[in-house]
Amino acid sequence: MKKAINILVSLIMVAGLVSCNNDGNKRGNKGQGGLAGNAAEKVYVAPGEHDEFYAFVSGGFSGQLAVYGLPSGRLFKVIPVFSQDPEKAYGYNEESKPMLETSYGFVPWGDAHHPDISQTNGELDGRWVFINENNTPRIARIDLTTFETAEILEVPNSAGNHSSSFVTENTEYVVAGTRFSVPIPQRDMPIKDYKGNFKGALSFISVAPETGRMAIKFQLLMPGFDYDLSHPGRDKSHGWFFFTTYNTEEANSLLEVNASQNDKDFIAAVNWKKIEEYVNNGGGTKVPAKYAHNVYSDETHSATSTIMDEVLTVNPLDVPGAIFFLPTPKSPHGCDVDPTGEYIVGNGKLSADLTVHSFTKMLAAIENKKFDGEAYGIPILKFEDVLAGTVKQAGLGPLHTEFDDKGNAYTSFFISSEVVKWKLGSWEVEDRQPVFYSVGHVMIPGGNSRKPFGKYLLSMNKITKDRYLPTGPEVTQSAQLFDISGDKMELLLDFPTIGEPHYAAGIPADIVAKNSKQIFKLSENKHPYATITDGDAKVERKGNEVHIYMTMIRSHFNPDNIEGVKVGDKVFFHVTNHEQDYDVPHGISMIGANTSELLIMPGQTETFIWEPKLPGVWPFYCTDFCSALHQEMQGYVRVSPAGSGTELKWSLGED
Amino acid sequence: MKKAGIIMIIGSLLLLGLFKFPLWNIMLGAPQYPDPLGMDIYIEGIQGVQEFDIQNIDGLNHYIGMKTIPEPKDMWEFQTFPMVIGGMVALGVLIGLLGFFGKVSYKWFIGWFLLMSVLGIMGMYDFNSWLMEYGTDLNPKAIMKLLNPDGTPMTYKPPLMGYQKMLNFDVDSWPATGAYMMFVGMMLTIVAFFVGKKEYKKVVKKSSLKTATV
Repeated sequence: MKKAINILVSLIMVAGLVSCNNDGNKRGNKGQGGLAGNAAEKVYVAPGEHDEFYAFVSGGFSGQLAVYGLPSGRLFKVIPVFSQDPEKAYGYNEESKPMLETSYGFVPWGDAHHPDISQTNGELDGRWVFINENNTPRIARIDLTTFETAEILEVPNSAGNHSSSFVTENTEYVVAGTRFSVPIPQRDMPIKDYKGNFKGALSFISVAPETGRMAIKFQLLMPGFDYDLSHPGRDKSHGWFFFTTYNTEEANSLLEVNASQNDKDFIAAVNWKKIEEYVNNGGGTKVPAKYAHNVYSDETHSATSTIMDEVLTVNPLDVPGAIFFLPTPKSPHGCDVDPTGEYIVGNGKLSADLTVHSFTKMLAAIENKKFDGEAYGIPILKFEDVLAGTVKQAGLGPLHTEFDDKGNAYTSFFISSEVVKWKLGSWEVEDRQPVFYSVGHVMIPGGNSRKPFGKYLLSMNKITKDRYLPTGPEVTQSAQLFDISGDKMELLLDFPTIGEPHYAAGIPADIVAKNSKQIFKLSENKHPYATITDGDAKVERKGNEVHIYMTMIRSHFNPDNIEGVKVGDKVFFHVTNHEQDYDVPHGISMIGANTSELLIMPGQTETFIWEPKLPGVWPFYCTDFCSALHQEMQGYVRVSPAGSGTELKWSLGED
Repeated sequence: MKKAGIIMIIGSLLLLGLFKFPLWNIMLGAPQYPDPLGMDIYIEGIQGVQEFDIQNIDGLNHYIGMKTIPEPKDMWEFQTFPMVIGGMVALGVLIGLLGFFGKVSYKWFIGWFLLMSVLGIMGMYDFNSWLMEYGTDLNPKAIMKLLNPDGTPMTYKPPLMGYQKMLNFDVDSWPATGAYMMFVGMMLTIVAFFVGKKEYKKVVKKSSLKTATV
């Protein structure tokens, strides 16, 4: 406890110091001089015009992924990923429920953290966005032709899936590392026996080049540290992956103190190409592991969930020369590699300095076997041998760094609540701007790839307090847009975000927009309950299940009068949208249905279940204002008492 | 008449473009259709400019009680027009060849042009009457029955050529590539006529000169 108080006191002192240092600066910006000039003009996208960039911003504890336009900050869509979304029936309709299946059963919520866009040759290709779920470890792939979640893969042996989901240069792998080490395999054991017994799994998930289909290629079972964030090597360091660690103390309680004792933790450098080769030659151990693999098909408009039962694990000691530890001060959080692949930035979150390692020096040190001992058999390189430079007294609580295309780096400082621009190579601070307040990640479109588009920087802030109109105790988190095209950063815009904006991925709109689908072709609909022609509309009874094969088009349902349903029946509405016109979805819901509406895109089929509880005549209607005759788009189901002899019949337009 | 014959052949062959390119194009734009819906009218049938345009035009037209856009089998024109155009091409090429070998007079060229013009005007007349019928023969149970300011029922005949505002739609009806090729082809047959005439005169002059010297 004493220790805790000491640390707290010293933190407050340092915070005071830094804020004193910056006082002059901050005062100058309090009136947000940035907004004075032509900032408004810079973010104004005239009605009907399009933004220059897409920003895919994680929804954090909302479990979803928000799509914004930059520079306007306008929200276009919230893509449901890890949480149910009644608006779009995601996780409610029969087709998408399997997407949220896990080895623990159906999980309706997730904690979405780090979106990353697929790459080819180290440049954004705009095909998919990957994003990790922290709580029940999963990785999702979002298809950028439909802007829908196409696949979710659970990650076994992982817990707190945080150092994820970052892609290698050609999207060979999306990597998922565990934040919490756990017993592997899971077993009943005393928590205090953590040290030396728990393991941290780093999972390398292969991505099929054409389909994007994910599969766990191997899991590296590392010592029981906390693996916080990670970044793939770029260009010259392609083939390596870097993970920051904290709690190298292997504490299992009061980590805020007990995991902050070592002066240095590690960045783990993993030569994945070497391990891949080892695995391709039959290396590794297959172990039982239960995890779900959920895949959505745009042909059947349905998802399937498969429980997998095995995973390939690799013991680091079996692949000598593949893994090294780079000592890095003060519980590093973000791990970022510059576009050339030379510099590995460790953002020591309890430090005022930034540590930058050199890839070239690292290779030389490995070559010369200049080790400073080892941890669990993994060689530790000498800090001085791999250090490229230190950005001194840059701020307090550095978390994350992104890069522009002019050799500058931009680091977020959580405690001193600012973004700091500094020069790679000279390690000199060039500019600092306050953010409001407590920034987590920053994002520059392409800023973690080989080709950044260094025009804007988005700062994602945890706290907003007085920045917007108050909305009770819970207020929005926010994003702030900076113009970084000049020497000094200029604050342009504040905008609220959904959930918690952990990280974002930005991309020039023209790479993505041209591939965006307008409709699904009805002729290609392979849904087992699709009604492709109006002649096929029908109602079938199978025991107490009633299946309605229904179509919808402006402005009617077919059939719209159904009789012969009885109390106790389970009624399946299989509804196919017959529109083949852009932006004409229809919705449907039934009075008393214990589920969400359906929102069905042109050419798509979706299903909801209704279990009528009372006899009567019950209406259903279109829930999305589709056309001039939308209000007429309705129908009735007659429900007779259980056991009654009402015959099954259905019709449309009969008098 | 070698040159004139060749021009005549080229001119007639240009009509073959009608088998590949649309004769006419009607585009329908509206606030909700910034990317307009469109029909390409070929001599063999009507197609959407984009894959689902016809279906979507029919979908909208059902509100005002218009019939669906006809399939090729529903209209005799789509069987007859290809035969007429094919026949005229064959005839034009034949006349051109005969002209090339000096077997027929250049006057045949203008004859072909006049025949084609008459057929063209008949075709336009037929097309216009179809548009008229399509735009006025409305389903009495139409969802929306609109009236003109003078109280007469509103009809929806698209313009034969040009622009017209119809309810929320901006309708543009213009000749398309096939028609332009036909136009150029027909113009060439007139050129062939004049070139033929010139060549004929030269020949006549030469022969009269020869006669004079003799």
